[in-house]
Amino acid sequence: MSEASGFLELYKLRVREFVREPAILFWVFGFPILLAIGLGMAFREKPIELVSVGVVTSASSDAVESALRAHPGFRVEELAAEDAARELRLGKVALVVGAPPGPGAELEYRYDATNPEGVLARARVDDALQRAAGRTDPRAFREVLVTEPGSRYVDFLIPGLLGMNILSGGMYGIGFALVEMRSRKLLKRLAATPMKRSHFLLATIASRMTVALVEVGLMLGFGKLFFDMEFNGGFLAATALCLLAAASFSGMGLLVATRTKKIEVVSGLINLVMLPMFVVSGVFFSSERFPDAVQPIVRALPLTALNDALRAVLLEGEDLSAQLVRIGILVAWGAISFVVALKLFRWN
Amino acid sequence: MRWIAQYHPPPMNSAIRVRELRKTYPGRTPVEAVRGLDLDVAAGACFGLLGPNGAGKTTTIEILEGLLDATSGEVEVLGLRWDRDATALRERIGVTLQETKFTDKLSVLETLELFRAFFPRGTAARDAIDMVGLGEKSASHVVTLSGGQRQRLAVACALVGQPDLLFLDEPTTGLDPQSRRQLWDVVRDLRQQGRTVLLTTHYMDEAEKLCDQIAIVDQGRVIAAGSPAELIRSLGGDHVVEFAFASNGSRADSRGDEAALAQLRALPAVRSARAEGDGYHLTVAEPHVALPAILDRSRALGTTLTRLSTRHASLEDVFVSLTGRHLRDE
Repeated sequence: MSEASGFLELYKLRVREFVREPAILFWVFGFPILLAIGLGMAFREKPIELVSVGVVTSASSDAVESALRAHPGFRVEELAAEDAARELRLGKVALVVGAPPGPGAELEYRYDATNPEGVLARARVDDALQRAAGRTDPRAFREVLVTEPGSRYVDFLIPGLLGMNILSGGMYGIGFALVEMRSRKLLKRLAATPMKRSHFLLATIASRMTVALVEVGLMLGFGKLFFDMEFNGGFLAATALCLLAAASFSGMGLLVATRTKKIEVVSGLINLVMLPMFVVSGVFFSSERFPDAVQPIVRALPLTALNDALRAVLLEGEDLSAQLVRIGILVAWGAISFVVALKLFRWN
Repeated sequence: MRWIAQYHPPPMNSAIRVRELRKTYPGRTPVEAVRGLDLDVAAGACFGLLGPNGAGKTTTIEILEGLLDATSGEVEVLGLRWDRDATALRERIGVTLQETKFTDKLSVLETLELFRAFFPRGTAARDAIDMVGLGEKSASHVVTLSGGQRQRLAVACALVGQPDLLFLDEPTTGLDPQSRRQLWDVVRDLRQQGRTVLLTTHYMDEAEKLCDQIAIVDQGRVIAAGSPAELIRSLGGDHVVEFAFASNGSRADSRGDEAALAQLRALPAVRSARAEGDGYHLTVAEPHVALPAILDRSRALGTTLTRLSTRHASLEDVFVSLTGRHLRDE
């Protein structure tokens, strides 16, 4: 057998272990997408909803009703006087229009002036009815809407979720898997063969980077398809950053897995490393909300470096060359973790 | 079969040579697992380390496999030493550990291909699978295998590098009788090919049936070594007679009474005697001489026998005569 065949078989082992375990596939690929869908919906910029308006039935109520129905912003109900009062009280309609018979007769707007919806309804209903009655606006205007892709919460969120995913994939995918292999004595069994131990570690990292590649494509593809995100040409740069981060986080995963053979211990260590970064490293909200005094620490964390770099290349269209400090932080965390882990690693 | 022709044992006399091996596990109360163990395994032998749980068998075999460092002592495996020749040694040995769990979702063939890839020379993965009789299972995932099949998979993984020396640590512990016999057949095949096998076991029947040479290990030392026949012969007689007197007879020879035992030892063809349970255990050279004498003794005491049986002596009897304990005493 050639030198490389050991590496290749070990790489196949890790990839097979991964793709043949539906639960792992879900947590790595499905869960972050579900999280993005959930959070994206919860925090989406809502268009102003339809205003519900009641019109009291009368001889001339049809004209009022058709004037309002011609306008897309209203949901119009024709109501008997007593029903109209009840629905207004219950908040089912924001405003009730009373239209006494006779051309030019005074309209009645009945609403709660302390309720913003009522005030909004008052302005919009009056505007619509006055125009229908022939009012013209003395000044021309145009509207510019400011919900552009790139400035929404979901644009902020997707790179953060991607970074979080790369971190947890490295920590769990490496740390958890190695401890599990140690607990079933497979590491010890492998150590009794002429297997090159460097091949084992390289194959572990390579398989992790392969999975990370799929994660990037899935997460960003999802953002583009479902949330119309624009990546300003930053897709390749983001992929490169995620591959580097996957290797770096593999080192950290290796470090937490150097000694123990207890799944509980490594789970605790992984959470100890990851949870603080999920909070402070700008996954769900900007890390700049933390006080200036702790900013140097927050920025030195590898997940902060990854998230900030991803947002810079994806949202602001910056070059990788502008991210050298953050890349350096990722490399340093990975390199130090690897060196220490290799010194401490136990095969049995 | 094809694989039989493929194996040519290298010319060598000694496969394993161990002198004064010691292993102490550090801790608040250090555990002396191995305390001055000597071992010589000839090339081509199927050698058994027989001993109760905790005797130091696994510690010894893991030191020989290069998985543990000895505290002190000399260890030579295939004429090589772990501190100098680790890589060369790993290419020439095959190992099964106690209870390795291979990856559940990998097939038998994929598992073998993984292990095959680590060795520069070896047998084809499929041949190793055929050799342990798992041919029909080669596409099945490990998770679907029975305990015995998993153990045979472990042996196949140890064989795939065409090893000159094979280590099997407790190969049949926890298996049902049929699976044990299947595994014994595999080991007998290996022995016939002239491979050197070192196995540990706490089953005396396993050691007796499989091994040419046995070292009985107790409390970290070898307390007896030789072929099964030699060890049994060391008892002085090949046969065991077990009997009990009716308790309502004369109690001149109450159990454990040294005088009574001395009288039994003095009977013709009796080589040793000890009290066991409610009766006696005699090692006997010629049962046809000893049995009438025992009946006469019973009559002389004015009592009768409540039970009497004879059987061939076993390694268990050797162990009991050496240590006063049974192999399976926990």
